[in-house]
Amino acid sequence: MTKALLEVRGLDVDYGAVRALRGVDLSVERGSVTAVLGANGAGKTTLLRALSGLLRPASGTIELDGRDLTRAAVERIVRLGVAHVPQSGGVITELTVAENLRLGGLWRGDRAALARRIDEMYALFPPLAERRSLPAATLSGGERQMLALARALTGSPRLLLVDEPSLGLAPRVVARLMAVLRRLCDEDGRTVLLVEQNARSALSIADRAIVLDLGAVVAAEPAATIAADDRLRHAYLGF
Amino acid sequence: MVRFINLTLAGITSGAVFAAVALALVLIWRATRVVNFAQGAMLMITTFIAWSVIDAGGSYWLALGAALASGLVLGAVVERVVVRPVENKPHLNAVIVTLGLFVVLQAAAGMIWGDTPHSYPPAFTIRGLSVAGTWLLLSPFDLFVIGAVAAVMVALTLLFVRTDLGLKLRAAAFAPEIARLQGVRVGRMLTLGWALAALVGSLAGVLVAPSVFVGPTQFDAMLVFGFTAAVIGGLDSPAGAVVGGLLLGCALSYVSGYVSSDLVTMGALAALITVLMVRPNGLFAASGGRRV
Ligand SMILES: Nc1ncnc2c1ncn2[C@@H]1O[C@H](COP(=O)(O)OP(=O)(O)OP(=O)(O)O)[C@@H](O)[C@H]1O
Ligand SMILES: [Mg+2]
Repeated sequence: MTKALLEVRGLDVDYGAVRALRGVDLSVERGSVTAVLGANGAGKTTLLRALSGLLRPASGTIELDGRDLTRAAVERIVRLGVAHVPQSGGVITELTVAENLRLGGLWRGDRAALARRIDEMYALFPPLAERRSLPAATLSGGERQMLALARALTGSPRLLLVDEPSLGLAPRVVARLMAVLRRLCDEDGRTVLLVEQNARSALSIADRAIVLDLGAVVAAEPAATIAADDRLRHAYLGF
Repeated sequence: MVRFINLTLAGITSGAVFAAVALALVLIWRATRVVNFAQGAMLMITTFIAWSVIDAGGSYWLALGAALASGLVLGAVVERVVVRPVENKPHLNAVIVTLGLFVVLQAAAGMIWGDTPHSYPPAFTIRGLSVAGTWLLLSPFDLFVIGAVAAVMVALTLLFVRTDLGLKLRAAAFAPEIARLQGVRVGRMLTLGWALAALVGSLAGVLVAPSVFVGPTQFDAMLVFGFTAAVIGGLDSPAGAVVGGLLLGCALSYVSGYVSSDLVTMGALAALITVLMVRPNGLFAASGGRRV
Protein backbone atom coordinates (compact mmCIF):
# COMPACT_ATOMS: atom_id res chain seq x y z
CA MET A 1 0.00 0.00 0.00
CA THR A 2 1.36 3.47 -0.84
CA LYS A 3 1.79 5.85 2.02
CA ALA A 4 -1.08 8.28 2.62
CA LEU A 5 -0.75 11.85 1.29
CA LEU A 6 -1.63 13.36 4.65
CA GLU A 7 -0.75 11.74 7.97
CA VAL A 8 -1.85 13.36 11.21
CA ARG A 9 -0.77 11.79 14.51
CA GLY A 10 -1.87 12.69 18.03
CA LEU A 11 -2.79 16.28 17.19
CA ASP A 12 -3.64 18.52 20.16
CA VAL A 13 -4.73 22.12 19.56
CA ASP A 14 -5.51 24.62 22.30
CA TYR A 15 -7.25 27.97 22.38
CA GLY A 16 -5.60 29.43 25.46
CA ALA A 17 -6.54 27.11 28.29
CA VAL A 18 -9.24 25.33 26.27
CA ARG A 19 -8.25 22.18 24.40
CA ALA A 20 -10.16 22.10 21.10
CA LEU A 21 -8.56 18.99 19.56
CA ARG A 22 -7.34 15.98 21.54
CA GLY A 23 -5.10 13.34 20.07
CA VAL A 24 -6.54 13.48 16.57
CA ASP A 25 -5.23 10.80 14.18
CA LEU A 26 -6.09 11.07 10.52
CA SER A 27 -4.80 9.50 7.39
CA VAL A 28 -5.90 10.75 3.96
CA GLU A 29 -5.21 8.59 0.93
CA ARG A 30 -4.04 10.13 -2.31
CA GLY A 31 -6.86 10.79 -4.75
CA SER A 32 -9.62 10.20 -2.21
CA VAL A 33 -12.35 12.26 -0.59
CA THR A 34 -12.25 12.10 3.19
CA ALA A 35 -15.12 13.63 5.10
CA VAL A 36 -14.73 15.20 8.54
CA LEU A 37 -18.09 15.12 10.29
CA GLY A 38 -19.36 16.29 13.65
CA ALA A 39 -21.71 18.65 15.43
CA ASN A 40 -21.21 22.39 15.96
CA GLY A 41 -18.12 23.02 18.02
CA ALA A 42 -16.73 19.52 17.45
CA GLY A 43 -13.41 20.94 16.25
CA LYS A 44 -13.71 20.51 12.48
CA THR A 45 -12.66 24.06 11.58
CA THR A 46 -9.91 23.91 14.18
CA LEU A 47 -8.52 20.79 12.48
CA LEU A 48 -8.41 22.45 9.05
CA ARG A 49 -6.85 25.62 10.46
CA ALA A 50 -4.13 23.57 12.11
CA LEU A 51 -3.49 21.69 8.87
CA SER A 52 -3.04 24.87 6.85
CA GLY A 53 -0.77 26.43 9.46
CA LEU A 54 -3.16 29.10 10.76
CA LEU A 55 -3.06 27.47 14.22
CA ARG A 56 -0.02 26.04 16.00
CA PRO A 57 -0.65 22.57 17.42
CA ALA A 58 0.30 22.06 21.07
CA SER A 59 1.57 18.58 20.21
CA GLY A 60 1.33 15.90 17.55
CA THR A 61 2.61 15.76 13.98
CA ILE A 62 1.31 16.65 10.53
CA GLU A 63 3.04 15.09 7.52
CA LEU A 64 2.30 15.79 3.88
CA ASP A 65 3.86 13.27 1.55
CA GLY A 66 6.38 12.38 4.26
CA ARG A 67 7.32 16.04 4.92
CA ASP A 68 6.78 17.40 8.40
CA LEU A 69 4.49 20.43 8.32
CA THR A 70 3.65 20.62 11.99
CA ARG A 71 5.13 24.05 12.58
CA ALA A 72 5.49 25.28 9.01
CA ALA A 73 4.30 28.75 8.02
CA VAL A 74 1.07 29.12 6.06
CA GLU A 75 2.93 30.46 3.02
CA ARG A 76 5.14 27.39 2.90
CA ILE A 77 2.25 24.97 3.28
CA VAL A 78 0.45 26.69 0.38
CA ARG A 79 3.57 26.26 -1.74
CA LEU A 80 3.60 22.54 -1.01
CA GLY A 81 0.20 22.29 -2.69
CA VAL A 82 -2.31 22.58 0.15
CA ALA A 83 -5.29 24.88 -0.50
CA HIS A 84 -7.71 25.80 2.27
CA VAL A 85 -11.21 27.03 1.47
CA PRO A 86 -12.28 28.54 4.79
CA GLN A 87 -15.70 28.31 6.35
CA SER A 88 -18.07 30.68 4.49
CA GLY A 89 -15.56 30.95 1.66
CA GLY A 90 -13.46 33.93 2.57
CA VAL A 91 -13.69 35.64 -0.79
CA ILE A 92 -12.22 39.13 -0.60
CA THR A 93 -15.26 41.28 -1.22
CA GLU A 94 -13.30 44.41 -2.17
CA LEU A 95 -11.65 42.60 -5.08
CA THR A 96 -13.32 41.59 -8.30
CA VAL A 97 -14.18 38.00 -9.12
CA ALA A 98 -11.27 37.86 -11.57
CA GLU A 99 -8.86 39.32 -9.01
CA ASN A 100 -9.92 36.79 -6.40
CA LEU A 101 -9.28 34.00 -8.89
CA ARG A 102 -5.90 35.36 -9.92
CA LEU A 103 -4.84 35.68 -6.29
CA GLY A 104 -5.28 31.95 -5.75
CA GLY A 105 -2.64 31.02 -8.31
CA LEU A 106 -0.19 33.92 -8.14
CA TRP A 107 2.24 32.05 -5.91
CA ARG A 108 3.01 29.62 -8.72
CA GLY A 109 4.45 32.50 -10.74
CA ASP A 110 3.48 31.00 -14.10
CA ARG A 111 1.23 33.57 -15.78
CA ALA A 112 0.31 31.55 -18.84
CA ALA A 113 -0.65 28.51 -16.80
CA LEU A 114 -2.60 30.72 -14.41
CA ALA A 115 -4.59 32.29 -17.25
CA ARG A 116 -5.41 28.80 -18.51
CA ARG A 117 -6.51 27.64 -15.06
CA ILE A 118 -8.73 30.69 -14.68
CA ASP A 119 -10.40 29.98 -18.02
CA GLU A 120 -11.01 26.41 -16.90
CA MET A 121 -12.66 27.76 -13.75
CA TYR A 122 -14.95 30.00 -15.80
CA ALA A 123 -15.94 26.94 -17.83
CA LEU A 124 -16.56 24.93 -14.66
CA PHE A 125 -18.53 27.74 -12.95
CA PRO A 126 -20.29 29.78 -15.66
CA PRO A 127 -21.90 32.25 -13.20
CA LEU A 128 -18.41 33.42 -12.29
CA ALA A 129 -17.52 34.06 -15.92
CA GLU A 130 -20.49 36.41 -16.31
CA ARG A 131 -19.48 38.37 -13.24
CA ARG A 132 -15.72 38.35 -13.65
CA SER A 133 -15.22 42.11 -13.50
CA LEU A 134 -17.70 42.77 -10.68
CA PRO A 135 -16.66 43.11 -7.05
CA ALA A 136 -17.03 39.82 -5.20
CA ALA A 137 -19.29 41.71 -2.77
CA THR A 138 -22.04 41.51 -5.39
CA LEU A 139 -22.08 37.68 -5.46
CA SER A 140 -24.74 35.54 -3.79
CA GLY A 141 -23.75 33.07 -1.08
CA GLY A 142 -23.63 30.16 -3.51
CA GLU A 143 -21.61 32.13 -6.03
CA ARG A 144 -19.17 33.05 -3.28
CA GLN A 145 -18.70 29.38 -2.42
CA MET A 146 -18.04 28.68 -6.09
CA LEU A 147 -15.55 31.53 -6.23
CA ALA A 148 -13.77 30.35 -3.09
CA LEU A 149 -13.48 26.83 -4.46
CA ALA A 150 -12.42 28.04 -7.90
CA ARG A 151 -9.82 30.34 -6.34
CA ALA A 152 -8.31 27.42 -4.43
CA LEU A 153 -8.21 25.38 -7.66
CA THR A 154 -6.35 28.05 -9.66
CA GLY A 155 -3.33 27.10 -7.54
CA SER A 156 -3.65 23.46 -8.72
CA PRO A 157 -3.42 22.09 -5.18
CA ARG A 158 -2.65 18.46 -4.41
CA LEU A 159 -4.66 18.59 -1.21
CA LEU A 160 -7.83 20.62 -0.96
CA LEU A 161 -9.20 21.44 2.50
CA VAL A 162 -12.82 22.56 2.26
CA ASP A 163 -14.76 23.84 5.27
CA GLU A 164 -18.54 23.42 5.05
CA PRO A 165 -19.05 24.39 1.41
CA SER A 166 -22.75 23.50 1.65
CA LEU A 167 -23.49 26.10 4.33
CA GLY A 168 -26.59 28.05 3.39
CA LEU A 169 -26.89 26.60 -0.11
CA ALA A 170 -29.96 25.19 -1.82
CA PRO A 171 -29.99 21.36 -2.03
CA ARG A 172 -29.51 21.38 -5.78
CA VAL A 173 -26.47 23.61 -5.53
CA VAL A 174 -25.06 21.38 -2.78
CA ALA A 175 -25.45 18.32 -4.99
CA ARG A 176 -23.66 20.07 -7.82
CA LEU A 177 -20.84 21.19 -5.56
CA MET A 178 -20.39 17.67 -4.20
CA ALA A 179 -20.24 16.31 -7.73
CA VAL A 180 -17.54 18.84 -8.58
CA LEU A 181 -15.48 17.78 -5.55
CA ARG A 182 -15.80 14.11 -6.49
CA ARG A 183 -14.69 14.85 -10.05
CA LEU A 184 -11.61 16.70 -8.77
CA CYS A 185 -10.48 13.39 -7.32
CA ASP A 186 -11.59 11.04 -10.07
CA GLU A 187 -10.51 13.11 -13.06
CA ASP A 188 -7.72 15.37 -11.78
CA GLY A 189 -6.28 13.08 -9.11
CA ARG A 190 -6.63 15.68 -6.37
CA THR A 191 -7.15 14.76 -2.75
CA VAL A 192 -9.99 16.33 -0.80
CA LEU A 193 -10.54 16.72 2.93
CA LEU A 194 -14.14 17.82 3.25
CA VAL A 195 -15.55 19.23 6.48
CA GLU A 196 -19.32 19.06 6.59
CA GLN A 197 -22.32 19.45 8.89
CA ASN A 198 -24.35 18.07 6.07
CA ALA A 199 -23.26 14.48 6.74
CA ARG A 200 -25.60 12.86 4.24
CA SER A 201 -24.24 14.88 1.29
CA ALA A 202 -20.64 14.46 2.35
CA LEU A 203 -20.98 10.70 2.82
CA SER A 204 -22.54 10.41 -0.61
CA ILE A 205 -19.23 11.33 -2.25
CA ALA A 206 -16.65 10.43 0.41
CA ASP A 207 -14.44 7.35 0.37
CA ARG A 208 -13.74 7.54 4.08
CA ALA A 209 -15.00 9.66 6.96
CA ILE A 210 -13.99 10.55 10.46
CA VAL A 211 -16.41 11.74 13.10
CA LEU A 212 -15.25 14.30 15.65
CA ASP A 213 -16.92 14.88 18.99
CA LEU A 214 -15.63 17.39 21.54
CA GLY A 215 -12.31 17.51 19.72
CA ALA A 216 -11.67 13.76 19.63
CA VAL A 217 -12.08 11.22 16.82
CA VAL A 218 -14.94 8.87 17.70
CA ALA A 219 -15.02 6.99 14.39
CA ALA A 220 -12.79 6.58 11.35
CA GLU A 221 -14.27 4.23 8.78
CA PRO A 222 -15.13 3.84 5.11
CA ALA A 223 -17.96 6.25 4.31
CA ALA A 224 -20.42 3.43 3.60
CA THR A 225 -19.77 1.86 7.00
CA ILE A 226 -20.50 5.14 8.77
CA ALA A 227 -23.59 5.80 6.68
CA ALA A 228 -24.88 2.35 7.65
CA ASP A 229 -24.16 2.71 11.36
CA ASP A 230 -27.44 3.74 12.99
CA ARG A 231 -25.90 4.36 16.40
CA LEU A 232 -23.24 6.76 14.99
CA ARG A 233 -25.72 8.51 12.75
CA HIS A 234 -28.17 9.15 15.57
CA ALA A 235 -25.58 10.13 18.15
CA TYR A 236 -23.39 12.45 16.08
CA LEU A 237 -24.69 13.06 12.59
CA GLY A 238 -28.35 13.84 13.09
CA PHE A 239 -29.87 11.82 10.25
CA MET B 1 -13.43 86.94 -9.76
CA VAL B 2 -9.69 87.02 -10.38
CA ARG B 3 -9.22 86.84 -6.65
CA PHE B 4 -11.45 83.77 -6.42
CA ILE B 5 -9.57 82.07 -9.24
CA ASN B 6 -6.27 82.89 -7.61
CA LEU B 7 -7.35 81.57 -4.24
CA THR B 8 -8.59 78.40 -5.93
CA LEU B 9 -5.29 77.93 -7.75
CA ALA B 10 -3.34 78.42 -4.54
CA GLY B 11 -5.72 76.02 -2.84
CA ILE B 12 -5.14 73.34 -5.44
CA THR B 13 -1.38 73.63 -5.06
CA SER B 14 -1.40 73.32 -1.30
CA GLY B 15 -4.20 70.77 -1.59
CA ALA B 16 -1.97 68.58 -3.76
CA VAL B 17 0.57 68.47 -0.95
CA PHE B 18 -2.13 67.76 1.65
CA ALA B 19 -3.37 65.00 -0.63
CA ALA B 20 0.06 63.39 -0.70
CA VAL B 21 0.32 63.43 3.10
CA ALA B 22 -3.26 62.16 3.37
CA LEU B 23 -2.45 59.36 0.92
CA ALA B 24 0.54 58.34 3.03
CA LEU B 25 -1.75 58.11 6.07
CA VAL B 26 -4.50 56.27 4.18
CA LEU B 27 -2.15 53.65 2.73
CA ILE B 28 -0.98 52.77 6.21
CA TRP B 29 -4.40 52.96 7.82
CA ARG B 30 -5.86 50.69 5.17
CA ALA B 31 -3.12 48.09 5.55
CA THR B 32 -2.53 48.10 9.28
CA ARG B 33 -5.33 50.12 10.94
CA VAL B 34 -2.71 52.39 12.42
CA VAL B 35 -2.86 56.19 12.21
CA ASN B 36 0.77 57.03 11.67
CA PHE B 37 1.24 60.03 13.93
CA ALA B 38 4.94 59.92 13.06
CA GLN B 39 4.27 60.67 9.37
CA GLY B 40 4.98 64.39 9.81
CA ALA B 41 8.25 63.65 11.59
CA MET B 42 9.22 61.01 9.02
CA LEU B 43 8.82 63.43 6.14
CA MET B 44 10.69 66.04 8.18
CA ILE B 45 13.67 63.65 8.42
CA THR B 46 13.66 62.82 4.71
CA THR B 47 13.38 66.51 3.83
CA PHE B 48 16.36 67.25 6.09
CA ILE B 49 18.28 64.57 4.21
CA ALA B 50 17.38 66.30 0.96
CA TRP B 51 18.42 69.65 2.45
CA SER B 52 21.78 68.14 3.44
CA VAL B 53 22.33 67.01 -0.14
CA ILE B 54 21.65 70.53 -1.42
CA ASP B 55 23.76 72.03 1.37
CA ALA B 56 26.64 69.82 0.26
CA GLY B 57 26.32 71.19 -3.27
CA GLY B 58 24.02 68.53 -4.75
CA SER B 59 21.38 69.45 -7.30
CA TYR B 60 17.67 69.83 -6.59
CA TRP B 61 16.97 66.58 -8.39
CA LEU B 62 19.64 64.64 -6.56
CA ALA B 63 18.17 65.91 -3.30
CA LEU B 64 14.66 64.91 -4.37
CA GLY B 65 15.93 61.44 -5.24
CA ALA B 66 17.66 61.19 -1.87
CA ALA B 67 14.44 62.18 -0.09
CA LEU B 68 12.36 59.59 -1.96
CA ALA B 69 14.92 56.81 -1.47
CA SER B 70 15.33 57.58 2.22
CA GLY B 71 11.54 57.68 2.52
CA LEU B 72 11.29 54.14 1.15
CA VAL B 73 13.97 52.90 3.52
CA LEU B 74 12.67 54.79 6.55
CA GLY B 75 9.14 53.48 5.99
CA ALA B 76 10.33 49.90 5.73
CA VAL B 77 12.56 50.20 8.78
CA VAL B 78 9.81 51.80 10.86
CA GLU B 79 7.41 48.98 9.98
CA ARG B 80 9.92 46.22 10.73
CA VAL B 81 11.45 47.67 13.88
CA VAL B 82 8.78 49.83 15.47
CA VAL B 83 5.35 48.75 14.25
CA ARG B 84 5.79 44.98 13.80
CA PRO B 85 6.21 44.29 17.54
CA VAL B 86 2.84 45.91 18.36
CA GLU B 87 0.95 44.31 15.49
CA ASN B 88 -1.97 42.24 16.83
CA LYS B 89 -1.75 44.11 20.11
CA PRO B 90 -4.44 46.58 21.29
CA HIS B 91 -4.74 49.62 19.00
CA LEU B 92 -3.58 51.99 21.69
CA ASN B 93 -0.13 50.38 21.59
CA ALA B 94 0.34 51.36 17.96
CA VAL B 95 -0.88 54.89 18.68
CA ILE B 96 1.61 55.27 21.51
CA VAL B 97 4.42 53.78 19.43
CA THR B 98 3.90 56.17 16.51
CA LEU B 99 3.58 59.13 18.90
CA GLY B 100 6.79 57.99 20.56
CA LEU B 101 8.49 57.74 17.20
CA PHE B 102 7.32 61.28 16.41
CA VAL B 103 9.01 62.60 19.57
CA VAL B 104 12.20 60.60 18.99
CA LEU B 105 12.57 61.68 15.35
CA GLN B 106 11.97 65.32 16.24
CA ALA B 107 14.57 65.23 19.00
CA ALA B 108 17.03 63.42 16.75
CA ALA B 109 16.59 66.03 14.00
CA GLY B 110 17.22 68.79 16.52
CA MET B 111 20.45 67.15 17.62
CA ILE B 112 21.70 66.45 14.08
CA TRP B 113 20.63 69.55 12.21
CA GLY B 114 19.84 72.09 14.95
CA ASP B 115 16.57 73.86 15.70
CA THR B 116 16.90 76.85 13.37
CA PRO B 117 14.82 76.40 10.22
CA HIS B 118 16.71 76.45 6.93
CA SER B 119 15.41 77.73 3.63
CA TYR B 120 14.87 75.24 0.83
CA PRO B 121 15.00 76.12 -2.86
CA PRO B 122 12.06 75.48 -5.21
CA ALA B 123 12.67 73.49 -8.39
CA PHE B 124 11.42 76.32 -10.59
CA THR B 125 10.62 79.98 -10.12
CA ILE B 126 7.79 80.83 -7.75
CA ARG B 127 6.93 84.00 -9.69
CA GLY B 128 3.30 83.72 -10.73
CA LEU B 129 2.40 83.24 -14.38
CA SER B 130 0.64 86.03 -16.19
CA VAL B 131 -2.29 85.31 -18.47
CA ALA B 132 -3.70 88.11 -20.65
CA GLY B 133 -2.06 90.72 -18.42
CA THR B 134 -3.38 89.25 -15.17
CA TRP B 135 -0.99 87.80 -12.63
CA LEU B 136 -2.07 84.42 -11.38
CA LEU B 137 -1.26 82.82 -8.04
CA LEU B 138 0.19 79.93 -9.98
CA SER B 139 3.90 79.66 -10.63
CA PRO B 140 5.92 77.16 -12.64
CA PHE B 141 6.92 75.62 -9.31
CA ASP B 142 3.23 75.27 -8.34
CA LEU B 143 2.64 73.45 -11.61
CA PHE B 144 5.56 71.19 -10.78
CA VAL B 145 4.06 70.47 -7.34
CA ILE B 146 0.70 69.56 -8.83
CA GLY B 147 2.30 67.51 -11.59
CA ALA B 148 4.62 65.62 -9.25
CA VAL B 149 1.80 64.68 -6.89
CA ALA B 150 -0.42 63.69 -9.83
CA ALA B 151 2.35 61.56 -11.32
CA VAL B 152 2.86 59.70 -8.05
CA MET B 153 -0.90 59.14 -7.72
CA VAL B 154 -1.09 57.72 -11.22
CA ALA B 155 1.94 55.50 -10.66
CA LEU B 156 0.51 54.18 -7.39
CA THR B 157 -2.88 53.57 -8.96
CA LEU B 158 -1.28 51.59 -11.77
CA LEU B 159 0.79 49.64 -9.27
CA PHE B 160 -2.22 48.75 -7.14
CA VAL B 161 -4.72 48.05 -9.90
CA ARG B 162 -2.64 46.68 -12.75
CA THR B 163 0.14 44.57 -11.26
CA ASP B 164 0.31 41.25 -9.43
CA LEU B 165 2.23 42.95 -6.66
CA GLY B 166 -0.55 45.52 -6.31
CA LEU B 167 -3.13 42.73 -6.10
CA LYS B 168 -1.13 41.08 -3.31
CA LEU B 169 -0.76 44.44 -1.52
CA ARG B 170 -4.50 45.03 -1.65
CA ALA B 171 -5.35 41.48 -0.60
CA ALA B 172 -2.96 41.72 2.35
CA ALA B 173 -4.57 45.01 3.39
CA PHE B 174 -8.19 43.91 3.01
CA ALA B 175 -8.01 40.38 4.40
CA PRO B 176 -4.60 39.36 5.74
CA GLU B 177 -5.56 35.85 6.79
CA ILE B 178 -7.24 35.02 3.49
CA ALA B 179 -4.28 36.52 1.65
CA ARG B 180 -1.89 34.24 3.56
CA LEU B 181 -3.99 31.25 2.57
CA GLN B 182 -3.42 32.27 -1.06
CA GLY B 183 0.33 32.22 -0.46
CA VAL B 184 0.78 35.98 -0.09
CA ARG B 185 3.68 36.87 2.22
CA VAL B 186 1.63 39.35 4.22
CA GLY B 187 4.51 40.55 6.39
CA ARG B 188 6.49 41.63 3.33
CA MET B 189 3.43 43.36 1.90
CA LEU B 190 3.00 45.39 5.10
CA THR B 191 6.64 46.44 4.99
CA LEU B 192 6.30 47.43 1.36
CA GLY B 193 3.07 49.30 2.12
CA TRP B 194 4.81 51.39 4.79
CA ALA B 195 7.71 52.01 2.44
CA LEU B 196 5.40 53.25 -0.32
CA ALA B 197 3.47 55.44 2.10
CA ALA B 198 6.66 57.00 3.43
CA LEU B 199 7.81 57.58 -0.15
CA VAL B 200 4.67 59.60 -0.87
CA GLY B 201 5.15 61.47 2.41
CA SER B 202 8.76 62.29 1.56
CA LEU B 203 7.67 63.77 -1.76
CA ALA B 204 5.18 66.01 0.07
CA GLY B 205 7.95 67.14 2.42
CA VAL B 206 10.27 68.27 -0.36
CA LEU B 207 7.43 69.97 -2.24
CA VAL B 208 6.26 71.99 0.74
CA ALA B 209 9.74 72.75 2.09
CA PRO B 210 10.23 76.05 0.16
CA SER B 211 7.16 77.56 1.83
CA VAL B 212 7.48 76.17 5.38
CA PHE B 213 11.31 75.97 5.63
CA VAL B 214 13.15 72.93 6.97
CA GLY B 215 13.27 72.54 10.75
CA PRO B 216 12.39 69.89 13.33
CA THR B 217 8.92 71.32 14.00
CA GLN B 218 8.23 73.00 10.64
CA PHE B 219 6.19 70.08 9.29
CA ASP B 220 3.93 69.49 12.30
CA ALA B 221 1.05 71.29 10.62
CA MET B 222 1.39 68.99 7.60
CA LEU B 223 0.31 66.05 9.74
CA VAL B 224 -2.76 67.95 10.93
CA PHE B 225 -3.73 69.02 7.41
CA GLY B 226 -2.96 65.60 5.93
CA PHE B 227 -4.97 63.86 8.63
CA THR B 228 -7.89 66.23 8.11
CA ALA B 229 -7.81 65.59 4.36
CA ALA B 230 -7.66 61.84 4.96
CA VAL B 231 -10.64 61.97 7.32
CA ILE B 232 -12.61 64.07 4.82
CA GLY B 233 -11.93 61.33 2.31
CA GLY B 234 -12.92 58.56 4.66
CA LEU B 235 -9.47 57.38 5.84
CA ASP B 236 -9.93 54.16 3.88
CA SER B 237 -10.01 55.48 0.36
CA PRO B 238 -6.93 56.61 -1.59
CA ALA B 239 -9.14 58.48 -4.06
CA GLY B 240 -10.94 60.05 -1.12
CA ALA B 241 -7.61 61.22 0.29
CA VAL B 242 -6.83 63.04 -2.94
CA VAL B 243 -10.23 64.72 -3.16
CA GLY B 244 -10.09 65.48 0.57
CA GLY B 245 -6.70 67.12 0.13
CA LEU B 246 -7.89 69.32 -2.73
CA LEU B 247 -11.10 70.29 -0.92
CA LEU B 248 -9.20 71.17 2.22
CA GLY B 249 -6.58 73.10 0.26
CA CYS B 250 -9.24 75.23 -1.41
CA ALA B 251 -11.26 75.70 1.79
CA LEU B 252 -8.20 76.89 3.69
CA SER B 253 -7.17 79.13 0.83
CA TYR B 254 -10.59 80.85 0.89
CA VAL B 255 -10.43 81.23 4.67
CA SER B 256 -6.99 82.74 4.41
CA GLY B 257 -7.89 85.01 1.49
CA TYR B 258 -11.35 86.19 2.46
CA VAL B 259 -11.14 86.07 6.26
CA SER B 260 -7.69 85.96 7.79
CA SER B 261 -4.57 83.88 7.32
CA ASP B 262 -4.38 83.51 11.09
CA LEU B 263 -7.50 81.36 10.98
CA VAL B 264 -6.15 78.68 8.62
CA THR B 265 -5.25 76.12 11.26
CA MET B 266 -8.52 76.75 13.04
CA GLY B 267 -10.29 76.38 9.71
CA ALA B 268 -8.74 72.94 9.29
CA LEU B 269 -9.90 71.96 12.75
CA ALA B 270 -13.40 73.25 12.00
CA ALA B 271 -13.45 71.26 8.75
CA LEU B 272 -12.32 68.13 10.60
CA ILE B 273 -14.99 68.49 13.29
CA THR B 274 -17.70 69.26 10.75
CA VAL B 275 -16.88 66.19 8.69
CA LEU B 276 -16.72 63.99 11.75
CA MET B 277 -20.14 65.23 12.87
CA VAL B 278 -21.90 65.15 9.52
CA ARG B 279 -20.26 62.15 7.85
CA PRO B 280 -18.24 60.23 10.46
CA ASN B 281 -17.03 57.81 7.79
CA GLY B 282 -15.88 60.55 5.47
CA LEU B 283 -17.48 61.98 2.38
CA PHE B 284 -16.61 58.96 0.27
CA ALA B 285 -17.22 56.08 2.64
CA ALA B 286 -19.07 53.19 1.08
CA SER B 287 -22.35 52.62 2.86
CA GLY B 288 -22.22 49.74 5.31
CA GLY B 289 -19.23 48.20 7.00
CA ARG B 290 -16.77 45.73 5.61
CA ARG B 291 -18.08 42.24 5.10
CA VAL B 292 -15.82 39.24 4.85
N1 LIG C 1 -10.82 31.55 18.34
C1 LIG C 1 -11.30 30.71 19.32
N2 LIG C 1 -11.03 30.97 20.61
C2 LIG C 1 -11.47 30.15 21.58
N3 LIG C 1 -12.20 29.05 21.36
C3 LIG C 1 -12.50 28.73 20.10
C4 LIG C 1 -12.06 29.55 19.01
N4 LIG C 1 -12.51 29.01 17.85
C5 LIG C 1 -13.19 27.91 18.20
N5 LIG C 1 -13.19 27.74 19.54
C6 LIG C 1 -13.80 26.63 20.27
O1 LIG C 1 -13.20 25.43 19.84
C7 LIG C 1 -14.20 24.42 19.67
C8 LIG C 1 -14.15 23.89 18.25
O2 LIG C 1 -14.51 24.93 17.35
P1 LIG C 1 -14.54 24.73 15.78
O3 LIG C 1 -14.73 26.05 15.17
O4 LIG C 1 -13.37 23.94 15.37
O5 LIG C 1 -15.86 23.86 15.61
P2 LIG C 1 -16.56 23.32 14.29
O6 LIG C 1 -16.58 21.84 14.41
O7 LIG C 1 -15.93 23.89 13.09
O8 LIG C 1 -18.03 23.88 14.44
P3 LIG C 1 -19.05 24.44 13.34
O9 LIG C 1 -19.64 23.25 12.67
O10 LIG C 1 -20.06 25.16 14.14
O11 LIG C 1 -18.29 25.31 12.42
C9 LIG C 1 -15.51 25.06 20.02
O12 LIG C 1 -15.83 24.69 21.34
C10 LIG C 1 -15.26 26.54 19.94
O13 LIG C 1 -16.04 27.23 20.88
MG1 LIG D 1 -16.52 25.13 11.63
